[in-house]
Amino acid sequence: MLARRIIPCLDVREGVVVKGVQFRNHEVMGSIVDLARRYAEEGADELVFYDITASSDGRRVDKSWVARVAEVIDIPFAVAGGIRSVEDARQILAHGADKISINSPALEDPSLITRLADRFGVQCVVVGIDSYRDPASGECLVKQYTGDVSRTITTSRRTLDWVEEAQRRGAGEITLNMMNQDGMRQGYDLGQLSAVRERCAVPLIASGGAGAMEHFRDAFREAGVDGALAASVFHKRTIAIPDLKAYLRKEGVCVRD
Amino acid sequence: MKLVIIDTGSANLNSVAQALRRLGEEPRISSDPADIKAADRLILPGVGTAAAVMGGVERLRLREAITSATCPLLGICLGEQILASRSLESAAGEGPVECLGIIKGEVAPLPRAAGLTLPHMGWNTVSHDGTGLFAGIPDGAYFYFVHSYALPVLPETCGRTTYGVEFTSALAKGNFMGVQFHPEKSGRHGAALLRNFLSL
Repeated sequence: MLARRIIPCLDVREGVVVKGVQFRNHEVMGSIVDLARRYAEEGADELVFYDITASSDGRRVDKSWVARVAEVIDIPFAVAGGIRSVEDARQILAHGADKISINSPALEDPSLITRLADRFGVQCVVVGIDSYRDPASGECLVKQYTGDVSRTITTSRRTLDWVEEAQRRGAGEITLNMMNQDGMRQGYDLGQLSAVRERCAVPLIASGGAGAMEHFRDAFREAGVDGALAASVFHKRTIAIPDLKAYLRKEGVCVRD
Repeated sequence: MKLVIIDTGSANLNSVAQALRRLGEEPRISSDPADIKAADRLILPGVGTAAAVMGGVERLRLREAITSATCPLLGICLGEQILASRSLESAAGEGPVECLGIIKGEVAPLPRAAGLTLPHMGWNTVSHDGTGLFAGIPDGAYFYFVHSYALPVLPETCGRTTYGVEFTSALAKGNFMGVQFHPEKSGRHGAALLRNFLSL
């Protein structure tokens, strides 16, 4: 049976792993290679590295660390941040990444999704969506350039519309970052996740808000996501991955041993 | 050991090479038929589509070197699929892709079953009899999969996985072996399988 995935997310800024609250006030969490190795050994199913400054600065991700990560870990990993072209993606995949995840550049030019899928296969192409639920209207809209708070904008795209378009254009997986919850550790937005799940025929990864083991269980059991991504609870050792997997197994969620 | 990773021009070869280096081997990456013929072990990776990988095989004139290999050969993912007769994963508007034909069988899309997402992406279990590539690996061990097409269960099948339907996740016919999953990304069980392949 296909296992639900536990995915530590390492936000990378200037070559180190950082974590902020609601994408702001970043603090340094540790070295990329050390954290990657630690999570692989603890039983993480996959890792995601987001260079959270890259898109808004117009820079490319520094590729040397991708090869260093690929040398030391034997589980799949994705790289996100500033991938604007087929050539950017090719270099990152050639360094040993399994997937590339695109976010702001896909909003600038949605045809990038199709060009990447045609060249590398849909299984390599993750579309990350930063979704913001407007407290007044309740409507979920897509945000862009969230790596730099001074440049972040709310687009006119509705999250559900973008989820559908991204799949139509060739996304092989969708990561939904629920920005209202990010860093708050109050749980994933299950209502939003369930609504996206209904429209999402490719694997769906929940991101933003995990603070306790029940939050993972709820995302899997109630919203039916394929994977759950979290950062601070793992970096700060609030939750140990082996304990989380034992808990999920007891709660009837299929996870890898 | 002369360990050669066959470069068909489409794959992410670095992952496989690094996994083998972690096991203490120094693989050579080559698309030269002479290197393939001189090898003691061959690894045939594949990423993308069957049409793209077979396009590389034909363009680089690798078909004869691969099909006449007498040393152990391990196809990974698409590298496993193209050991079959043909694949339905064709370029838009074109017919089935003729493959290497080492194993009689046709690669078909996984069914769109209710509640199952495609691609089949993530860790799934493999049922096997614990011999050959799977020596010392527990039955039902998890391996990492990423694919939307697969071979049905065949006489050569030695590993089975279920995702909507039961399919071939490992096969062996003489010196030709293949796995649908990615041993290079499958943690300790993947490393054990590669070590088994190297010591066959």
